[in-house]
Amino acid sequence: MSAGTAASAAYIVAGLLFILSLAGLSKHETAKAGNVFGIAGMVIALVATIGLAARSISGVGAVLLAVAVVVGAAIGLWRARRVEMTGMPELIAVLHSFVGLAAVLVGWNGYLSVEADAGEQTEVAENLLGIHSAEVVIGVFIGAVTFTGSIVAFLKLSGRIRSNPLMLPAHNALNLGALVAFAVLTVLFVIDPSLPLLIAVTVLALGLGWHLVASIGGGDMPVVVSMLNSYSGWAAAASGFLLGNDLLIITGALVGSSGAYLSYIMCTAMNRSFLSVIAGGFGNEGAAAADRDYGEHTEISAEGVAELLTDARSVVITPGYGMAVAQAQGAVAELTRHLQDRGVDVRFGIHPVAGRLPGHMNVLLAEAKVPYDIVLEMDEVNDDLAGTDVVLVIGANDTVNPAATEDPSSPIAGMPVLKVWEADQVVVFKRSMNTGYAGVQNPLFFRDNSRMLFGDARDRVEDIVTALPKPDRKTAEPALQH
Amino acid sequence: MMIGVPAESGSRETRVAATPATVTKLLALGYDVLVEAGAGQASSFLDEAYAGAGARIGTATEAWGADVVLRVGAPSVHEMGRLREGATLISQLAPAFNPDRVDALAARPITALAMDAVPRISRAQSLDVLSSMANIAGYRAVIEAAHVFGRFFTGQVTAAGKVPPAKVLVAGAGVAGLAAIGAASSLGAVVRATDVRPEVAEQVRSLGGEYVAVPAGEQQVSTDGYAREMGEDFNRRAAQMYAEQATDVDIIITTALIPGRPAPLLITKEMVASMKSGSVIVDMAAAQGGNVAGSVPDEIVVTENGVSIIGYTDLPGRLPAQASQLYGTNLVSLLTLLTPEEDGRLVLDFDDVVQRAMTVVREGEKTWPPPPVQVSAAPVAVAAETVEVRQPKAPPPPSRRFAVVGIAAALLFGITAFSPNELIQHFTVFALAVVVGYYVIGHVHHALHTPLMSVTNAISGIIVVGALLQIGHDDPVVTSLATVAILLASINVFGGFAVTRRMLAMFTRGPAR
Repeated sequence: MSAGTAASAAYIVAGLLFILSLAGLSKHETAKAGNVFGIAGMVIALVATIGLAARSISGVGAVLLAVAVVVGAAIGLWRARRVEMTGMPELIAVLHSFVGLAAVLVGWNGYLSVEADAGEQTEVAENLLGIHSAEVVIGVFIGAVTFTGSIVAFLKLSGRIRSNPLMLPAHNALNLGALVAFAVLTVLFVIDPSLPLLIAVTVLALGLGWHLVASIGGGDMPVVVSMLNSYSGWAAAASGFLLGNDLLIITGALVGSSGAYLSYIMCTAMNRSFLSVIAGGFGNEGAAAADRDYGEHTEISAEGVAELLTDARSVVITPGYGMAVAQAQGAVAELTRHLQDRGVDVRFGIHPVAGRLPGHMNVLLAEAKVPYDIVLEMDEVNDDLAGTDVVLVIGANDTVNPAATEDPSSPIAGMPVLKVWEADQVVVFKRSMNTGYAGVQNPLFFRDNSRMLFGDARDRVEDIVTALPKPDRKTAEPALQH
Repeated sequence: MMIGVPAESGSRETRVAATPATVTKLLALGYDVLVEAGAGQASSFLDEAYAGAGARIGTATEAWGADVVLRVGAPSVHEMGRLREGATLISQLAPAFNPDRVDALAARPITALAMDAVPRISRAQSLDVLSSMANIAGYRAVIEAAHVFGRFFTGQVTAAGKVPPAKVLVAGAGVAGLAAIGAASSLGAVVRATDVRPEVAEQVRSLGGEYVAVPAGEQQVSTDGYAREMGEDFNRRAAQMYAEQATDVDIIITTALIPGRPAPLLITKEMVASMKSGSVIVDMAAAQGGNVAGSVPDEIVVTENGVSIIGYTDLPGRLPAQASQLYGTNLVSLLTLLTPEEDGRLVLDFDDVVQRAMTVVREGEKTWPPPPVQVSAAPVAVAAETVEVRQPKAPPPPSRRFAVVGIAAALLFGITAFSPNELIQHFTVFALAVVVGYYVIGHVHHALHTPLMSVTNAISGIIVVGALLQIGHDDPVVTSLATVAILLASINVFGGFAVTRRMLAMFTRGPAR
């Protein structure tokens, strides 16, 4: 056993542990174990790598290494502890950007240590130099796109820039042009590696990443975030090719394909193709509604909703991004507990693209201590909605729009939606009559069995909790029916 | 402004234009409310209840002298004289049938709004008293019929023999008809219903009725929400259908009205004569001339062959408390529309078709009849043609699948075959890892997508390995770039795992059920 074979063995073990980690996350019961596997794999990989690097490292290098790891760990742990669950999308976007930037730096280093001193370097054999150069360019390109794309996603998610899509003229041509330019530059760089060419590729990729995400609207963020997740994986895999490191390739490929799969789930949930999401330009929030007469909506007061809920036997709550904005998850959980104490069957229906991150609503509800076994996916709850007494739509709009199934001319036609209108009564919590992300008017609001409750979702839910009569013994009993 | 609610003067009127509950809402709109003493007595609303809701109790003169006067029934000429100059009267006025009343109102310097002239558009549903009253009347018609009918509605099998269910025919499936269908079927009767508009068949079935169509009738799509007067041929076929039904059913409830015209005669004298003894007919259109030959408004007529024809015109008033509550709520909806600022000032907007259509007299100037209002924007037939249901995408045909896989395999082969050995090894690892990743992620529970992303985030911090291997390099630039990369990737690794841990700790299972 040499140091080299030991490191390789450690990498294989680490790779398998990562696979176990992702597999563990598929179920609630094994999720925590999955996280532990992930940590174990990372520790093994780091120890092996440091052991390998220690053979050739200088004293200064060792100090720098230690400082960098410690500072990075401190920042990471501090952010992880402090982040609000509503701020998860932003955090994830920022973390993606770090991977992207790290990949760019690793790529640059690859160039500086090999191609830049072509005469003296001993790392890469002469006949493999061309491939090495290609790997450098590809790694830098993917990393840079991930970096700026994630930065823009972060800015949009945290509200620092407007989340409306940026519509440059011929934006599709711009994206395509950037890809063609990248291909040309790669070929040039492989033939004759030079610093200006690498800088050109980097700048081009930074610009492309920026433009790509800037032209995608806020509601498509679940796709964007999982897409960036995928890119960050591919960036790591590209670095693996560059360094000839199988662990990086395995991990990068795992992450890359997982992100791609998530993007695919999100796109299916919106009935749109991945390309149409990436092409962007969809969704101006609060856009003017079509001038059709949908009839009149009916308002209801918080007390009225409390009355409805008092008489209800089954209630389904369908939250959306509005719940996260209003930070209403705690109040909603409180309401859920009150209703359950009264013997009401309360469940949650989650649309796959509710919120700004895959699974965003689940995390918010979990934070508020809503048991996960009453939080159901759209397909699990859709057939039961017709027999439900009251549906509370909290901050969701397009995901409960009947036009998606009934109006073939609607921009969201064919998108799978929660069929809340089939319930006996629907109460829609909303700030105003503005349209949702897709800019489509929602005929749900004008249905006979719909009632609108205007105002801040958290305040309104709290009002309902206050207005609910105190549970008396008699109504609390009939839980026997279940 | 002051709202006055005088007592009703009609001899059979039991309703009142405001209840304690609606008074609260009127006050919230910024109005003051004055109720004539004893106005709610017939509907079981006592003066104390009104006072408790915040209304003032006053005399008839005070109530009539208010800025806005709310009534159920139209005022007499004497009562019109008590309205003060510039006042607004809101009441049922039946302007189409009573041109004299409209002229009398126009002779006074007042504004008059007819609650029974609300256009039938969905936006105005909440003000439509014809709907809200018809709903009550339909229910009550069944109750009156059951009262006179000497038998059970529901079929029963008892030790003393079998009782057949009553058969009920409801003519006209408007609001009243549908209410009657619902009430009769919940009493257990076999209910049939007929209407000239075939599109109501579904609504009839939804309430437990059976739709009886007029044989081979052409489609009637109304553009103003009401049924139209029909052609000669159609009438003949309809009459034949009614004649057949009359000999079979025990109870007939007729609800057919045509706006601005006398009610159509549906059940002729011969049909009544063909019915079984003890049968009951409720003619809900008796006030407008009647759908049934021989019906007399406000009376029960018993024919020679023992058929009772009920011609009550005050069916809603026979459920006074609820009729008042619904009528009062219609008025609140109207006043909400007329008080856009919620400041107790009434503003009439003639650009709004609803307000225009209801206004019979504006400041002494006659504004009846209003221009027609179109309800259905697009004819239904055209809409039906454009409806092309978008099918969910079918899986691509296998041939295309094979083609895609083939091309991908060829491409991969081409690239790999010309690559040096070392790259091929990496490619193998890469390709297998992609497939593994795809299958592992495919089974992830939807609720764990966010933790999954943060864990993959942490794992992709593995790029730190690359930077670690580079930091030992002699070149200071390389070393410093690698240091920055290590710093960033470490944030990812530690932050990602820590935040995942935190999230997973929050997911809790509910108590076992």
